[in-house]
Amino acid sequence: MKALSSLALVVALAALAFFLGRVEPLRVVLGVIIPYVAIAIFLAGVSYKVIVWSLSPVPFRIPTSCGQQKSLSWIKAGWLENPHSTPGVVARMALEVLLFRSLFRNTKAELREGPRLIYGERRFLWLGALAFHWSFLVIFVRHLRFFIEPVPRLVMVLDRLDSFFQVGIPLLYITDVTIVAALLYLLLRRLRDPQVRYISLFADYFALFLILGLALSGVWMRYFARIDVVAVKQLAIGLVTFSPIVPREVTSLFLVHLILLSTLLAYFPFSKLMHMGGIFLSPTRNLANNNRRKRHVNPWDYPVPVHPYQEWEAEFHDKIAAAGLPLEK
Amino acid sequence: MANPKPEELTQIDYQPGRKDWMNPAVEFRKGVFCYSAAPKNLRYLGLPNPREWQPFDKDWKLPADWKRTILEGMRERLRKFRSFRLFMDICVRCGACADKCHFYIGSGDPKNMPVLRAELIRSVYRRYFTTAGRVLGRLAGARELTEDVLKEWFYYFYQCTECRRCSVFCPYGIDTAEVTMIVRELLNLVGCNINWVVEPAANCFRTGNHLGIQPHGFKDSIDFAVDELEEITGIRVEAPINRKGAEILFVVPSADYFATPHYFTLLGYLMLLHEAGLDYTFSAYASEGGNFGLFQSHEMMKRLNAKIYAEARRLGVKWILGGECGHMWRVIHQYMDTLNGPADFLEVPVSPVTGTRFEHARSTKMVHICEFTSDLIRHGKLRLDPSRNNRWNVTFHDSCNPARAMGLLEEPRYILRNVCKNFHEMPENTIREQTFCCGSGAGLGTDENFEMRMRGGLPRANAVKYVRDKFGVNLVACVCAIDKATLPTLFEYWVPGMEVAGVHELVGNALLMKGERERTGDLRGEPFQEKEASTHA
Ligand code: HEM
Ligand code: SF4
Ligand code: SF4
Repeated sequence: MKALSSLALVVALAALAFFLGRVEPLRVVLGVIIPYVAIAIFLAGVSYKVIVWSLSPVPFRIPTSCGQQKSLSWIKAGWLENPHSTPGVVARMALEVLLFRSLFRNTKAELREGPRLIYGERRFLWLGALAFHWSFLVIFVRHLRFFIEPVPRLVMVLDRLDSFFQVGIPLLYITDVTIVAALLYLLLRRLRDPQVRYISLFADYFALFLILGLALSGVWMRYFARIDVVAVKQLAIGLVTFSPIVPREVTSLFLVHLILLSTLLAYFPFSKLMHMGGIFLSPTRNLANNNRRKRHVNPWDYPVPVHPYQEWEAEFHDKIAAAGLPLEK
Repeated sequence: MANPKPEELTQIDYQPGRKDWMNPAVEFRKGVFCYSAAPKNLRYLGLPNPREWQPFDKDWKLPADWKRTILEGMRERLRKFRSFRLFMDICVRCGACADKCHFYIGSGDPKNMPVLRAELIRSVYRRYFTTAGRVLGRLAGARELTEDVLKEWFYYFYQCTECRRCSVFCPYGIDTAEVTMIVRELLNLVGCNINWVVEPAANCFRTGNHLGIQPHGFKDSIDFAVDELEEITGIRVEAPINRKGAEILFVVPSADYFATPHYFTLLGYLMLLHEAGLDYTFSAYASEGGNFGLFQSHEMMKRLNAKIYAEARRLGVKWILGGECGHMWRVIHQYMDTLNGPADFLEVPVSPVTGTRFEHARSTKMVHICEFTSDLIRHGKLRLDPSRNNRWNVTFHDSCNPARAMGLLEEPRYILRNVCKNFHEMPENTIREQTFCCGSGAGLGTDENFEMRMRGGLPRANAVKYVRDKFGVNLVACVCAIDKATLPTLFEYWVPGMEVAGVHELVGNALLMKGERERTGDLRGEPFQEKEASTHA
């Protein structure tokens, strides 16, 4: 149900853009106004969220230690899995962000006859997640060729690498295949794995369908509809130079792509997609496990009622004396 | 009234039901929940809403404005804890944490998947603290806070042992233990707590330890241990209490001097500290290293923990040594300095025997006894005869907190390899940072919670069974007082015949003391095996 309704929502969005995109006076709304609004929401929303997070204090240092602590000199410390200093933390975070280190640990618990519990390796989620995110990043960078003139070298190099196999006309991008495949895998997993299906919300399907729609509309434009790239570039550069135009040659298929992107941007700050910012701030990962070496201060620390020694001694005075233990009074 | 049999408990259906999880529904069935806190304990600690009630009652006698209290409490904590706010915001429901929780593995209850446990409050967060949730409601995964939701919180957040295993696997390090700590604080605000957490806290606040042992009782039990050691070894060790001017304050969990098999670990400590010639003292005021405040609220944790530094200051010691206890070490390692420091009146811990400066503890000034002992062994300061532990074939159970909130992995293993001859690790996915909880931590080790404990402990017990069948392991060594209290029950249920011991019990067995009488048996009074073997030969 949730999957179907979120699919329906994405399809409706696309259809709306497709048909409205043929109505001349609305083309400016779809091609200029909505994208600007979406970008504004994205920037404001993401900054707001990140600021709120950053301003909220970290009262305690609570890293999850996944390796040996640094203690005695002759015991090898797990500098990466249980970092005790900044370089270790930076390396640990880099591994998390770039390679999804923790997800790589994934196992699958299975209860067999006996009873015997087996923990098998389960790396598909990691692989699918990595394929999706890296493809997304590469595609994002490749898109810069529409916005910057002359096209930066890095973008051109990436473009060439991505079409390394030199098949098809226009050349097939590897990431176009991998992102669609990865998204389909993630979707299928959400639908097929009973546990994951059970925990999934409307928003979880929506994010996947939305990005899938974005990717598929892009693929359609490039390989099948063969849209007018020069016109698209005019529109894109117009947007970033604040002199927007919607050239006649821009088809409503492109406007579908643009509206799905705008939806993604506007939706981003209010959704779980904020994990992009959150991962950097996670206190179980981005703090060094040097708790006993360096004092961590809680900014909102406050005095609490305690039971001081004097009161304790007064209460048990006679018993302490009878037991022959030393007394203050 | 009979408890379910192991064969019954392992009929687990991992297929989640068809019902939407958003509809709160819990049944407080015998064996899967803990009793409420007695009003006298709440009153003693000055906690809200003391009253007679039980979770299975229809009416929980909540204060009239309970809902506002909870929501205000949430708002305050969202502001105070980045962890809480972030963990509410960024979960992608990828499910990587789902089958990492021992309670889920052992029960198949989908709400025991860490992600859903957290969603129980995340859904409320979305409803009251996010725009999407306020506007779109259920479509955005948001739901009203109702009394049924509160009951569900109580059920499932007292079905999490704060073990942090889920946080090892989460790509963002979302730590459901942290969420549990916050929700338990919220439940506390309206008086929904369990007795097994609040009573030890009240006892500890009053007498200095969880068990409520008064100073003379403490002295008696230490004296008893000293007498018993004299019988075993012929040596009368000193075990001073509240002695001013000692170099080191020694703090252990109270179970060490009042429960079995902890008691044998205490004997081990006393022998070791005597042999090392340490100038130390116990304290009857700070006679508890454990801290059940951790399972209740950050504030209670601070209130109970305060006595350790206070006592160190009063007695004028240089530094503090801590015994074997899991959650105690979470508090000491990750919280104590922040809560009640700075400990600038103490000195950087230095082993008087080896001269090793414990630089890693230079601020908190408290050293784990396994760190201390492994340093002694490394420097050849102890004479050990590992064959005295020959009757044991040992494996090591990493306790959750020393493993995942500290990283004390090698020290105990190094000690074990030096004090016993037969040592085998459990499978890789069940030890070190991936270790499985005993299933009874965080205050859940009660008799009435028997079934859920056995379920939660299944993964641990199952790994123990594996090494028993494969290597003939017959002893699980550990460094945690809750383990020592609850693992014997767990193993009796799943792996009968398996024994449990503290690492320092095995140290005590192997330790050759200067001037000891010829020893024939170990600390449990069992004859050494090699001697037996030679008489038979
Ligand atoms: C620093 C950047 C980012 C990092 C480190 C990161 C990391 C992750 C990880 C580890 C997962 C869990 C695995 C999975 O379910 O696939 C995930 C899920 C996801 N990410 Fe990201 N991400 C980043 C940025 C983004 C961006 C920019 C988007 C999209 C605009 C995005 C969209 C998603 C989606 C849709 C999922 C859920 C997949 C599913 O439902 O199965 N991520 N991310
Ligand atoms: S592993 Fe982390 S992100 Fe994934 S479902 Fe669990 S808590 Fe959420
Ligand atoms: S902290 Fe432990 S008990 Fe709690 S949800 Fe995570 S794995 Fe389960």
